[in-house]
Amino acid sequence: MDDLMTVVDWSRWQFALTAIYHWLFVPLTLGLSLIVAVMESLYLKTKSEKWLAATKFWMTLFGINFAIGVATGIILEFEFGTNWSNYSWFVGDIFGAPLAIEGLLAFFMEATFVAVMFFGWGKVSPRFHLASTWLTWLGASISALWILVANAWMQYPVGMEFDPGQMRNVMDNFWALFSGIAVNKYMHAVFSGWALSGVFVIGVSAWFLYKKRNVPFAVRSIKVGGWIGLIGLLLTMWTGDGSAVEVTKHQPMKLAAMEGLYRGGYSQGIVAAGLVNPDKTWNNDEDEYLFDITVPYGLSILAKHDLNAFVPGISDIVEGIDVNENGDTINTVSYAERIKLGKLSHEALREYDLARARNDRAAMDAAEQKLREYYPYFGYGYFDSVDEAIPPVGVTFYSFRVMVILGSYFLLFFVVALFLVYKKDWLQRMKWLQIVAMVSVPFMWICSEAGWMVAEVGRQPWTVQDLLPTKAAISEISSASVITTFWLFALIFTVLLVAEVSIMMRQIGKNSTKNLEIDNSH
Amino acid sequence: MNPNTRSVSAAISDTANKIWHLYYDGFRSMTVGRTLWLIIIVKVVIFFGIMKLLFFPDLLKTNFDNDSQRADHVRNELLKKR
Repeated sequence: MDDLMTVVDWSRWQFALTAIYHWLFVPLTLGLSLIVAVMESLYLKTKSEKWLAATKFWMTLFGINFAIGVATGIILEFEFGTNWSNYSWFVGDIFGAPLAIEGLLAFFMEATFVAVMFFGWGKVSPRFHLASTWLTWLGASISALWILVANAWMQYPVGMEFDPGQMRNVMDNFWALFSGIAVNKYMHAVFSGWALSGVFVIGVSAWFLYKKRNVPFAVRSIKVGGWIGLIGLLLTMWTGDGSAVEVTKHQPMKLAAMEGLYRGGYSQGIVAAGLVNPDKTWNNDEDEYLFDITVPYGLSILAKHDLNAFVPGISDIVEGIDVNENGDTINTVSYAERIKLGKLSHEALREYDLARARNDRAAMDAAEQKLREYYPYFGYGYFDSVDEAIPPVGVTFYSFRVMVILGSYFLLFFVVALFLVYKKDWLQRMKWLQIVAMVSVPFMWICSEAGWMVAEVGRQPWTVQDLLPTKAAISEISSASVITTFWLFALIFTVLLVAEVSIMMRQIGKNSTKNLEIDNSH
Repeated sequence: MNPNTRSVSAAISDTANKIWHLYYDGFRSMTVGRTLWLIIIVKVVIFFGIMKLLFFPDLLKTNFDNDSQRADHVRNELLKKR
């Protein structure tokens, strides 16, 4: 058991490491491609060379990020095949189909249009070039759709039926994959990429202002980056709200962990800031928080858009207590009961297997029917105690607050940057604000990664919600090989990150000495 | 040859030529792109030539001949795990 948990834990760390590194590059691709497309559109509309210079500058930074980030996601697929082979088989074509579409689409759209975008200046018509830039943005955005649809399915598995003969889930409704969870998750991730890229553009432009070089170019970039960033952030907040409602419906345990809430209630407040009590468990009487500042009604509004709604806590969910839309207390299936039903589903699968070996059709049908009845609890059958089904509360709670607090800070950041940039010379004169803008850039990445930590840590212990916990999804491999590859990846990705940052800095530095202005008006 | 067929084949050849020159000239005139391509090539060699080959075999694909065996293996795995 210890060795199994070592393999599980290291594989989880490895997957987290590769996913976090991959996500360093993706949001900038999603947002910067849009910013470049808008700038090129302005160039085509105004025929002003100043927009051409801006387009080419940001396009180069986009290219650096694209080149360094490309193929980092493929590592995750390697890990599916080696570390998570049970999972890979179990999810069947449901996970495979979106990823295959993503691979084909990403390859063809991005390989074609990125090439035209970079090599096509003067070789294709300006309109075709602009179309290629927009299609690069569209390709990147559509490519993200399939990844996020696959991820959303793991959080809310729908549109499939389990086939015990094939031992995998078989898709029976493709369109069901586009659930509320998937749509919100996709939009939340893409819009957050716009916001991140807006912060990046403002931060880099602030450096130009700080150095007093190419000031009109910097001001112009801040205007485009600021507006796209602000719109992106507002849409991120809107879809984040949608995500919270979906999580409440389909992953109430995650919501309770995000809030560190053990005993819920009507008109439930939300903790704006606080410290969770590490000694608190679902079945002891310790206080939930060491200290907390609570906003009244906040969680009821966030979860159900209703001031007086009941929101269950971790202990309520474990005990199967919830409240329906009419306000009546209802008993759902408690976790202890789920564990029993999960074990019954395993028993049914075993019976099916024996009947199949005997080629006893009637017994197979009976076992399959029993399996179908208990299948919604299949994953709980792997647990010996309720505690195993509760996510790490501290990490989920703090990640959520880091995301929200930084997100709120960046809302202010965009508003201030846009306000000052339209006030003649204000931003140019305020050195300290330029420094704040530059220092803020890495915090936007922290905000973005914190969002993913909420989504992924908060759904533990599941790889597929309610159906497959991580400890069952893992392959039979040695922990030594996982530990070795973990450190190898840590090394490779760190080298790539250093390469990206240094090439970008060099490129920015080189361009700061060039005159990016042909027309100084802005 | 039918003149129409000839003009279609000439158009295809012209387009292919343009695409070839787009990539050829693009690669030749790269500046920062050369470093990036070097990074991409090194990265792909490390990922596919070393990591994938030595550390990340597709276990089900390499250890079993057909889907039936793979299903049996996963069934055994999922039923024995606790």
